[in-house]
Amino acid sequence: MRLLGAARYFARTTLPAVAVGAGLIGILGVVIALAGHDAGDALISGAQAAFGSSDALISATLKRATPLMWLGLAVAVAFRAGVLNIGAEGQFLVGAVCASAAGLYLPELPGVGGPLIVLAAGALGGMAWAGSAGWLLRRHGVNEVVSTLLLNLLASQLVGYLVRGPLQEPSRTYPQSSAVPEYFRVPLLLDGYRLHAGFLLAILAAGIIALLTYRHAIGFRWRVVGLGPLAAESAGLIDVGATRVRVLLLSGAFAGIAGAGELAGVTYSLFEGLSPGYGYTAIAVALIARLHPIGLLASAIAFGALGAAGDGMQRNSGVPADLTVVVSAGAILAVLAYPYVRARWAVMNPATDPPATDRAANA
Amino acid sequence: MRAAVPLGLAAMGELVVQRAGVINIGIEGILAVGALVAYVVAESFGPGVAMGAGAAVGIVVSAVFAVLVVRVRAHQVIAGTAIAMLGLGLSAAGHRLLDHSGPAVSTITAVDVPLLADLPVLGRVLFAQQWPFYVMVAGLGVVAWTLRRTTLGVVLRACGDAPAAVRGAGRSIDAVRAGAIMFGGACAGAAGAFLVVGQAGVFVEGMSAGRGFIAIAIVALGRWSVPGVAIATVIFGLASSLQFAVQALGATVPYNLVLGAPYALTLLLLPLTRGAGSSPRVLGSHGE
Repeated sequence: MRLLGAARYFARTTLPAVAVGAGLIGILGVVIALAGHDAGDALISGAQAAFGSSDALISATLKRATPLMWLGLAVAVAFRAGVLNIGAEGQFLVGAVCASAAGLYLPELPGVGGPLIVLAAGALGGMAWAGSAGWLLRRHGVNEVVSTLLLNLLASQLVGYLVRGPLQEPSRTYPQSSAVPEYFRVPLLLDGYRLHAGFLLAILAAGIIALLTYRHAIGFRWRVVGLGPLAAESAGLIDVGATRVRVLLLSGAFAGIAGAGELAGVTYSLFEGLSPGYGYTAIAVALIARLHPIGLLASAIAFGALGAAGDGMQRNSGVPADLTVVVSAGAILAVLAYPYVRARWAVMNPATDPPATDRAANA
Repeated sequence: MRAAVPLGLAAMGELVVQRAGVINIGIEGILAVGALVAYVVAESFGPGVAMGAGAAVGIVVSAVFAVLVVRVRAHQVIAGTAIAMLGLGLSAAGHRLLDHSGPAVSTITAVDVPLLADLPVLGRVLFAQQWPFYVMVAGLGVVAWTLRRTTLGVVLRACGDAPAAVRGAGRSIDAVRAGAIMFGGACAGAAGAFLVVGQAGVFVEGMSAGRGFIAIAIVALGRWSVPGVAIATVIFGLASSLQFAVQALGATVPYNLVLGAPYALTLLLLPLTRGAGSSPRVLGSHGE
């Protein structure tokens, strides 16, 4: 029975995601063909860029999946508690800024892990950025959607200023910072591949968040605040305002770690294009997985592959990589429309299972 | 004032949408699509038609958003994020696919209002502008009047404040909200078109530059009222003109700080203006 239940669960949760993915790839092919490119060629070169070799799989797909895992966690914990943190992008950038500053200015301390210092700096930066939205929300009732959007815009200007000013490399030629020293770099997992230890840490963090969410009172509070803030408040056991701020801080910390990992594990220096919209893609990552911490690891890898494929298609077939953003957006729209379509389907075909009102993605 | 036109148009639309109880953060993407379409259309048909085309495509894209939030009852902020990504991605990819790095298109010329334009100081500022500026000012007036004085305005505000009352009166919340969303889409599309045919003359990837998000901030800063939105628009317009003034004076102040200052200022002002008016009560929910 248990096995059957597991199979059912798998069918209910994973198959729609797979169907959505297949549908989007189909649409992508049609769009490419309409634009006058050879769709088959382009899709194959995209697939090769994402999965074609161990180097493509590890140094492109999984490397890109790593920040998406951390950012997906950031979005998932916030959305789960009904906190609409659209600011993962900005928290990511500030995390990277703090990691860069820590790596460039802090002394090397023997016996203490340099990468840990840098990642902690990133987490603090992300928390501070998210925390200011939390403070505005709690103290002044400012909608977190508005404040986090503004903080995103502010963060990208902050990076632009720093890489032309205080953090610019000594020759002052390029708008970027110097590379952080060896001691502070997050170690690579495999020789010759550009995948850093943050990948494994993300899996660990996802496991912890999954346990908290589904097996611990802390996660119960998150879920209750997300599902019914009024009920949580009137029951009197949960401080809704404080829970929201704490969730926002945790979310910011994850996003900050994502930025710090990208800086200290991939690029080593700070520059303006550090994030190709990872913070927004992460919303798709989290929603496709219905905010499930383990599920989003898989969807992060899928979106990592999509990004790598987009780059490959642009390089080899001249198909714009921006189409992958359209695919991500299409994925979100499909997930949003899915419960409605399923309910309609059930009404028209009464023989099939009655639809469970699954509003997790909409909660 | 030229910098204020796209912000004012987009914020005017978003104000109507939010008064109906819907928050559409997808207007950033609608701006981008409107700009690209206007650029393509302006080449053959001139800037006037291009403004209309921008508004039309804005209606189309916002109709997708309307179906999702009104019919499917999807989460407004998440659907809006998807629409923003969709618009930004489509405009960037479309620009490359069309290979449309063509010449600059002609832009809208300023029109002096007879006599009034000769007034000292304010004359040039208010009465020697391009026609979309006058449309924006008139539009703000019409929106203010409609919200305050007409039945439609009362129903629209009730959709955002007291949906039960709308149902009680036997009116459709869904229809009003869908209409408001598409009005907002038309405004955002026209705002995007103005970036091309009113200002730059060309399409550049990412030229919406967060203006859709700023419009949302303007609505909050203006406390969901027409005069408030007008004042906040002027402040933002001045701030973005300031960046050119600073550049003209020489690069003593870092460019990015000047660009970032309005965002920081808005974050600081949002708590301070809180007493001046309240947000629609059911903003962001389905009104059930």
